[in-house]
Amino acid sequence: MEKNKRLMEHEGPPSDVERIKRESNYLRGTLKETMADPVSAGIPDDDNRLLKFHGSYLQDDRDLRIERQRQKLEPAYQFMVRVRAPGGVATPEQWLVLDELARKYANGSLRLTTRQSFQLHGVLKWNMKTAIQQINEALLSTLGACGDVNRNVMCNPNPHQSHIHAEVYEWSKKLSEHLSPQTNAYHEIWLDGEKVVSTKESEEPLYKDVYLPRKFKIGIAVPPSNDIDVYSQDLGFIAIVENGRLAGFNVAVGGGMGMTDGDPYTYPQLASAIGFCPAEKMVEVAEKVVAIQRDFGNRSVRKYARFKYTIDDRGLDWFVNELHKRLGWTLEEKRPYQFLHNGDRYGWTEGSGGSWHYTLFVENGRIRDFDDYPLMTGLREIAAVHQGDFRLTPNQNVIIANVSPDKKDAIEALIESCGLANRKRHSPLRKHSMACVALPTCGLAKAESERYLPTLLDKIEKLFADAGLPDEEVVIRMSGCPNGCSRPALAEIAFIGKSPGKYNMYLGGSFNGERLNKLYRENAGESEIIEALQPIINHYAKEKQPDEHFGDFVIRCGYVKKVLSGQDFHA
Amino acid sequence: MIAEMKWNPEEPVAINSQGEERPLEEALRRHFEITVLTKPLLEKALPLAPGASGLSELVENEQAVRDYMHGRDLLDLIRDYSLFDIPAKEFVSILRKMPPRLYSAASSLKAYPEEVHLTVGKVAFHAHGRERFGVCSGQCALRLQEGDTVPVYVHENSNFRLPADADAPIIMIGPGTGIAPFRAFLQEREEIGAQGKSWLFFGDQHFVTDFLYQVEWQRWLKQGVLSRIDLAFSRDASRKIYVQHRMLEKSRELYAWLQDGAVVYVCGDEKHMAKDVHQTLLSIVMNEGGMGEDAAKEYIMQMQKEKRYQRDVY
Repeated sequence: MEKNKRLMEHEGPPSDVERIKRESNYLRGTLKETMADPVSAGIPDDDNRLLKFHGSYLQDDRDLRIERQRQKLEPAYQFMVRVRAPGGVATPEQWLVLDELARKYANGSLRLTTRQSFQLHGVLKWNMKTAIQQINEALLSTLGACGDVNRNVMCNPNPHQSHIHAEVYEWSKKLSEHLSPQTNAYHEIWLDGEKVVSTKESEEPLYKDVYLPRKFKIGIAVPPSNDIDVYSQDLGFIAIVENGRLAGFNVAVGGGMGMTDGDPYTYPQLASAIGFCPAEKMVEVAEKVVAIQRDFGNRSVRKYARFKYTIDDRGLDWFVNELHKRLGWTLEEKRPYQFLHNGDRYGWTEGSGGSWHYTLFVENGRIRDFDDYPLMTGLREIAAVHQGDFRLTPNQNVIIANVSPDKKDAIEALIESCGLANRKRHSPLRKHSMACVALPTCGLAKAESERYLPTLLDKIEKLFADAGLPDEEVVIRMSGCPNGCSRPALAEIAFIGKSPGKYNMYLGGSFNGERLNKLYRENAGESEIIEALQPIINHYAKEKQPDEHFGDFVIRCGYVKKVLSGQDFHA
Repeated sequence: MIAEMKWNPEEPVAINSQGEERPLEEALRRHFEITVLTKPLLEKALPLAPGASGLSELVENEQAVRDYMHGRDLLDLIRDYSLFDIPAKEFVSILRKMPPRLYSAASSLKAYPEEVHLTVGKVAFHAHGRERFGVCSGQCALRLQEGDTVPVYVHENSNFRLPADADAPIIMIGPGTGIAPFRAFLQEREEIGAQGKSWLFFGDQHFVTDFLYQVEWQRWLKQGVLSRIDLAFSRDASRKIYVQHRMLEKSRELYAWLQDGAVVYVCGDEKHMAKDVHQTLLSIVMNEGGMGEDAAKEYIMQMQKEKRYQRDVY
């Protein structure tokens, strides 16, 4: 892969978003006025760009577009509101607040995201301020949940090693706080905060008035679980546990999922581990890494602005040197670790402190009451009596965590009485699947994802069952567009939307998230997908080696080439 | 009705005093009013059915007859009072001709020389055990297909017109389908490049679904063809907000516009809206103009005389 084309693009003039950021007076823009304008349920593009930094953006119900155009109505504008909850931890009280907001102001459902946070969809402009205020009153925030800043910090919610988790979670909170935008605009616009007169320098010491060139994602993994997909993060930390205590973190840089259709200079990339730092140094490391991306990231062409390209354009050695220079010390040699899987373990597990944790499968992270399955009500009833906390997993599931032994029966009874665990027998394959939101609310979606994957899985499940492998665990992910919110490039089988009903199918990711997959079929509809998969699955059933995962098998048998760097993704 | 009365739908019946005939079904569908009951109709029905028990008592009781007619049609009358065994010819002779339904033109001939646009709200409600639909709005909403024709004529209303002076400010108050003439007004003002300021008060139930011609008002606002807009969506908030509430909120500016010679137009519901808007106008003049009630009434009377307060209410 040549680097020059992307590098040359650095020379171009700053993109329009850079102007919007610079002229926004630290994310204020005219948001206060346009959010109050009663003539449109939407807001102008410039303000929408800024609103992202506040954790929300404008969408419209795409199912209604044509009909509303005929009615001389503007699109059915509505806002998505994303909560920032480092490590995906929420108290039962917070759960109840979000549940109520979802029913009162959103579309009646709560979406658990692939980055361990909550999303509300369908919030009308007039309800935005109330919704954001109530989120803040519950001691949660939406600031920095979207936009060109550090996003929600992910962290392994693994309840098996809870003292390690507790420590790692504390670090994720510190990171999250340290890298939060500092501007007072959020308080002024949403929380009726006083307008603070400040010097420009003190407003955003890290981000300055330009913020980052693009979004920036950080996650902390605790091996053997790679549930946060550490290699998909701009900056990943891998907890190194020695003698039962947290020694520190391996540092991995430059991962990311997104690409742009038709541009081979864009690709998903795996983060590279560059060394080890003691735990107490990790915030300093993160700050310097973010600052390097702030100073060197491409501000001319947004599709080339992710951190992975900053590194690939200049080389990993350049980056490590620059980091060491800024730190004034050097990272230690990276330490050994091993990831076994990136999925979730379901059902009850006992934590080290004697408390219990229940991981509940939430198909595609969508919490609502289905006709025969009162998922939302059930979780609300649990939240009303639960004294531990809730943890959102990176696979869009929820852990009812820290249940004391004497409360376990009560929680179990609620899970049973609402039928939460056995709506239908979810296959292991389905329990390892993820889909992004896509249609009808996501403006980027080219094809269905959340609404379609369950149906496609019915058919893929049947292929595996017919081949005699009904209990096979396979990581399957679908995204409605190449931006890849469901981290499809790491899946053993992945589908990326091209146009309505058509997907690019990728094969060959690994079960533990350490490898990229590779394009196997382009622009395939459902029948082509099934036809293409059936012989491979039958072959796998016949010739798989003991414990050989599907993603490893398709590489061994030559269906696709092994991809360990994004620069070989299109090769 | 035809089934209920066991009539022959093909039977020719007279549709006017000239004796022009049409098959019964066509006559009932297109030429006679069969959905709205009136007292004269009930009275005329009496001699046709001397045996109908209770009908004469009903007709004699003013209040009862009014209550009965509300939300009922001819089929109800037939069933409720067993008006069977009446020959179609006789029955039809007591019916009145279908009256026209008047709609304000929602377009300007200058903007659309070959078209006229109407704003038709579908009347549909459930009463006395049946779904009921407006005669004309139901026809438009439920039965007409693109390319069909309907009989129309133009009814001029010389008391509801834009001021001759294109620079004169106008205030338009038109909730619901009352919006129609104001769309025509703005089209006209856009076409002639009028410089006069304009202010629209619009309201309906829900912003998301009922903001009629939303994208057009947005464009006119942006381009300055419309100077101001105030909106009242009554079902979006816990408290019901109507256009008159928005007028009160803007009392001072509204009075300044009046003093500036603005022409006020009110279009829409007569029973509630127009009355409330009138009262609101009165109190704005009293409060902002520092006038007593009589002086304020005089002020508004004067506006009417100058054709600066025009209403098209129904």
